[in-house]
Amino acid sequence: MTQTDFTKLVMPFKDKVFRLAKRLLVSREEAEDATQEILMKLWKNKQKIADYKNVEAFSMTMTKNFCLDRLKSKQAQNLKIVHSNYQDHNTSLQKEVENKDSVDWVSKIIAELPEQQKIILQLRDIEEYDFDEIAKVVDMNPTAIRVALSRARKTIREKLTNTHRYGIK
Amino acid sequence: MVLNSIEHLLEKYDNGETTLKEEQQLKAYFTQEKVAPHLESYQVMFQYFNNTKQEELYTKDVPLKPRKSYIYQWISVAAVAVLMLGIFIPSIFGSEQGRTLAELSTEERDAYNQTMKVFDMIGTQFNKGQNQIGALSLTSSNFAKGAEQINYISGFSETTNKFFKSKKNKKK
Repeated sequence: MTQTDFTKLVMPFKDKVFRLAKRLLVSREEAEDATQEILMKLWKNKQKIADYKNVEAFSMTMTKNFCLDRLKSKQAQNLKIVHSNYQDHNTSLQKEVENKDSVDWVSKIIAELPEQQKIILQLRDIEEYDFDEIAKVVDMNPTAIRVALSRARKTIREKLTNTHRYGIK
Repeated sequence: MVLNSIEHLLEKYDNGETTLKEEQQLKAYFTQEKVAPHLESYQVMFQYFNNTKQEELYTKDVPLKPRKSYIYQWISVAAVAVLMLGIFIPSIFGSEQGRTLAELSTEERDAYNQTMKVFDMIGTQFNKGQNQIGALSLTSSNFAKGAEQINYISGFSETTNKFFKSKKNKKK
């Protein structure tokens, strides 16, 4: 497999890998590093790529595991600080009004969701995977995925309507 | 009518029961400008989903190194070795095979003769210079003789001084 073949293969889903990594790791730099790591791993095992049934699903699983490992690892302790800064909701009313329309709120709310729900929501609502594909990535049965997804969606909407009301008051 | 179906879809959506097609319908509906006011929170959500998909792109390059082949490095080493051999071998064997005058071409012989003439000329000049230096050495030997005679004079003056001293002592 040459370099161009590999790029062609990877091209369609490298952004998806990056977005999933960013969803989980929050920081852009971290996500870029993670994406690079994943692609390098794929490149190193390029002989085996032909054996994979679904390279994209495989890469997404790799990304998920890699990012969760990262969050668990010691280095992620620093990340947590960034994370809690990010969750700071003691913003002034002014700022809330400003942010009311901005879609940034959604990402903030998603950041508060449990990792599992984050991954599923990311795969479904942003990357538009069907349930079978998601099932491969997260290794859960479709019903459980539906439940998690429904919970995630409801939480987001609840929080969104709350912030909206604040904004109006 | 449209709103009814959208609301129905949204209910399914909240329960995670929509298919991808239905979700695309919802997305299409919420990306347009006019949305029923009570559905605004959905609009924000769907806009966000759309935006992230379009904006968050991985743009960095991945340094994909093909497995390094060391052949080129070895080729350069071989090239250097060949060069070195090319330089040294003629200088080792070449010194033994000097050519005789008869083998030279006429031009080479001319050049050889001319250089020999020049060397001859330099040689005769050197000889002249040496003659003049011979004159210098002659004068220096004369100087040495003079210096010896001056020694005699100084010996003479010493003895006269002795005489003077002995005369003075006698007067006392």
